[in-house]
Amino acid sequence: MSVTSIGTSVKRREDKRFLTGKGNYTDDMNRPNQTHAYILRSPHAYAKIAALDVSAAKAAPGVVAIFTGDDMKVGSIPCGWQVHSKDGSPMKEPPHPPLAQGFVRHVGDQVAVIIAETYSEAKDAAELIEIDYHPLPAIADAKKALEPGAPPVWPDVAPDNLCFDWHIGDKAATDAAFEKAKWVAKLDLINNRLIPNAMEPRAAIGDYDVSNDLHTLYTTSQNPHVIRLLMGAFVLGIPESRLRVVAPDVGGGFGSKIFHYAEEAIVTWAAKQIERPVKWTAERSESFMTDAHGRDHHSHAELAMDDQGRFLGLRVATIANMGAYLSTFAPAVPTYLSGTLLAGVYTTPAIYGEVKAVFTHTVPVDAYRGAGRPETTFLLERLVDVAAEVSGIDRVELRRRNFIPPDAYPYQTPVALQYDSGDHAGCLDRALEKSDWAGFPARKAESAARGKLRGIGLSTYLEACGIAPSAVVGSLGARAALYEVGSVRVHPTGSVTVFTGTHSHGQGHETTFAQVVSDQLGIPIESIEIVHGDTDKVPFGMGTYGSRSLAVGGSAIVKAVDKIVAKGKRIAAHLLEAAEADIVFADGKFTVAGTDRSKAFGEIALAAYVPHNYPIETEEPGLEETAFYDPKNFTFPGGSHICEVEIDPDTGVTQVVRFTAVDDVGRVINPMIVEGQVQGGIVQGIGQALLENCVYSEDAQLLTGSFMDYCMPRADDVPFITVDHHTTLCTHNPLGVKGCGEVGAIGCPPAVINAVVDALKPYGVSHIDMPATPEKVWQAIQAARPAAAAE
Amino acid sequence: MYAFDYTRPTSVADAVATLASDSDATVLAGGMTLIPTLKQRLAQPSQLVDLGALPGLAGIRREGDTLIIGAMTRHADVARSEIVAAALPALAALADGIGDAQVRHRGTIGGSIVNHDPAADYPSAVLGLGATVVTDRRQIAADDFFTGLFATALEEGEIVTEVRFPLPKRAAYVKFPNPASRYAVVGVFVAETGSGVRVAVTGAGPGVFRAGNFEAALTASFTPKAVEGLVWSADDLNSDMHASAGYRAHLIGVLAKRAVATIA
Repeated sequence: MSVTSIGTSVKRREDKRFLTGKGNYTDDMNRPNQTHAYILRSPHAYAKIAALDVSAAKAAPGVVAIFTGDDMKVGSIPCGWQVHSKDGSPMKEPPHPPLAQGFVRHVGDQVAVIIAETYSEAKDAAELIEIDYHPLPAIADAKKALEPGAPPVWPDVAPDNLCFDWHIGDKAATDAAFEKAKWVAKLDLINNRLIPNAMEPRAAIGDYDVSNDLHTLYTTSQNPHVIRLLMGAFVLGIPESRLRVVAPDVGGGFGSKIFHYAEEAIVTWAAKQIERPVKWTAERSESFMTDAHGRDHHSHAELAMDDQGRFLGLRVATIANMGAYLSTFAPAVPTYLSGTLLAGVYTTPAIYGEVKAVFTHTVPVDAYRGAGRPETTFLLERLVDVAAEVSGIDRVELRRRNFIPPDAYPYQTPVALQYDSGDHAGCLDRALEKSDWAGFPARKAESAARGKLRGIGLSTYLEACGIAPSAVVGSLGARAALYEVGSVRVHPTGSVTVFTGTHSHGQGHETTFAQVVSDQLGIPIESIEIVHGDTDKVPFGMGTYGSRSLAVGGSAIVKAVDKIVAKGKRIAAHLLEAAEADIVFADGKFTVAGTDRSKAFGEIALAAYVPHNYPIETEEPGLEETAFYDPKNFTFPGGSHICEVEIDPDTGVTQVVRFTAVDDVGRVINPMIVEGQVQGGIVQGIGQALLENCVYSEDAQLLTGSFMDYCMPRADDVPFITVDHHTTLCTHNPLGVKGCGEVGAIGCPPAVINAVVDALKPYGVSHIDMPATPEKVWQAIQAARPAAAAE
Repeated sequence: MYAFDYTRPTSVADAVATLASDSDATVLAGGMTLIPTLKQRLAQPSQLVDLGALPGLAGIRREGDTLIIGAMTRHADVARSEIVAAALPALAALADGIGDAQVRHRGTIGGSIVNHDPAADYPSAVLGLGATVVTDRRQIAADDFFTGLFATALEEGEIVTEVRFPLPKRAAYVKFPNPASRYAVVGVFVAETGSGVRVAVTGAGPGVFRAGNFEAALTASFTPKAVEGLVWSADDLNSDMHASAGYRAHLIGVLAKRAVATIA
């Protein structure tokens, strides 16, 4: 085996260009004769545009064109997933014009595009645009938006702000389970709204080739083919054959670059109007107010237990904020990506979940690292800790009693999913050992001696990745398929170019995928190039999200390589004058079994392209294969996260002092990359649990509009993180992989908050909402000892 | 950013003259507040008068029992100065905790105190130590310098040239940083000076202020115990999404006690 084989920590091949400033991001690109676009945005959360006068601005220096909603009459930005309500009615689906049509519905909504020779000129001209806004009452809080009399976001489409009222599971069986309960744990919680903050702001360049009527969009996207489909077919009416979408290097996304955004349509459309390239790059403040936000759920949850602490039933009611428009996958997040995981790692036999999705005058909310699974995991793992309190059963023991046992797999949950594999007790045991759970009392005493409150918390979670199969998600409302495409081109001298329909916004696919192919073909990694992000190069693809790239995209590559090997065997059989069935392929050689007669992979490639001695009657020349891989099931990563915090009771400051993650992500291709992914996810989880919070005012002005007020986690907020694995393989994909991109962000937050609540137990604190800021923690302590408030 | 003229005078007199001749001109010291303001188009000065080339405005020296820091001295230079470390370590520590590394290498002490951001660190040291602010035309006592939110006693076009810190018997600064901006949610500077105990609080109110009841208690006994249970009224304190007035009032007590504990 070469040193680049599966299971080896190969250094990331892409890092040389990233770390030396040689990456090629969208904003690094400039087209000949390019213009620059500034998007004029609404300062109001909700207003009628009574008048809009661009005449003075059009005369400003450098201005090439100005377009408003009156000029850009195109299709609506589509939503990619249709959810139906309990009564069978489809979700309320308001229009989403790229430029406002008479009304603006959130701060940052697009009103006009100003195109000029320079960005500064465009921005100067924008100040000359006269707009007569008639502000209307607005609302940001999803729970309050459902109350009678709340300001409607869509008076005609959804006067009560309700987008849909969905449910899953068996209500009658669940209610019956609660009738038999010895104990019931109850919890109200908020999953705080987050702003993704990818390092690279969104950017887009529209280019139009007049002579050939060809459009090109360069964009910061996790899935260029999906953008081509959504924008081409639904918004602008451009056939795929005339629209190329290129997503070059992409600098982070965490989901926020999945979705089709207005600016992509605006620059593509405008480039044709002015017959010049149009470039737009978001300023950071635009990122805050226009990138789709994440989370924002309010939930009430109840868990019924018998006298042994066995879970009998679970019921959950959630209110999910959709924002002002339905973003690409928004309706799926609180429903099929969330409600379907309510069983978690437990054998709860009866489950019922309800979700009310609500319009508000805020930026659309959509998938963000974990997308629905962090929300459910936080709810479940907090609720289990409450259940331990209610029942008096130790929280570790309570989890053990309710784990799905290893021999129960495949395990059919009461909420649609069938898990294929897992060993939750094994993960937990290893995490308890790695974290020195048993040694916690001594560490707590040591903290107490320094006047600090120490707490320990855990979460034992399971999530679903590699969303699939297409037919199933289609029946659940997905308007797209969820397979992936891999294409393998073997060149005459045996080097290989792999085209993948997924994408990388930093995950290291150019390394991981090359390792997979290197391992499979027995050729050096240097001979393999990975190509992604260009609809003209890659046959088709669905992109990267939901930790699907390796499980689905990697599987497609494996299937394509399988076809290469199969053809290679047929060619080798001819060359070696042996039966095809006798040819074995291993270590880069086609060998006649039981002999030393063999042909190297490169010799077969050359024979395929120079077919002088070749089975030409039965084989076409050339060596190139494509596979579309439609997964048989989701994959189900899981694990146990254990967090220790230390709280300063005088100030409420909470510091994460230890963190241990033992995850089951299936087979690990590159341990270093997986460790980085898990660490990054955990840091984001700590961010959500302690620091990050998107705040809107009552009337829907964005208050956390910059890094001055929106707190990202930094190095000194995070301890050394212990990352380990307890692996069971996925049973239905060729690599046995499950996915690692989101486990950190999913498993971490409940472990942190459980630790905070554990630390505050002496004060009778039973729950604290995220983020557990110093003041929130301090107030919780004060509430418990009002007499001490004056200290 | 709107267009503006840029000048870089080489004498204080020239700088003052330029400012006097153009009421829409603005001084550029470190630019750590001004540049972001310009980028957001929240200010439209006619010209920026860059003080970076003025001779003698940057530098640290000690004259007897006075530490003198030039107005254009960067935070990082104060933080790593051996003179400051020996004479007034509390000030070095304060400078080392301002913003982030980039800010500390651009921002200046003069820019900080003239801006008088209510959450800035330096004003607490100037007030807490009873420093003297020296300008192109006069000397202003710290107690008279800070007049309100983003306001000082400086006249139009008046340039700060240096700050003179009388060396205290002991001093300490403890800050509770905003986790996002790293500005002070509350910062408390405690000093036992030749003219008595001084306690200056930043971050909590509309500007830096002295906490009289803490000063009285510490004058009686310079011990952490002396300030235990002391309450500063939340009435006039700031309240925002990061911290309520009540929490800020509480933090004043906690931080004052901790500051005293480090030097008692």
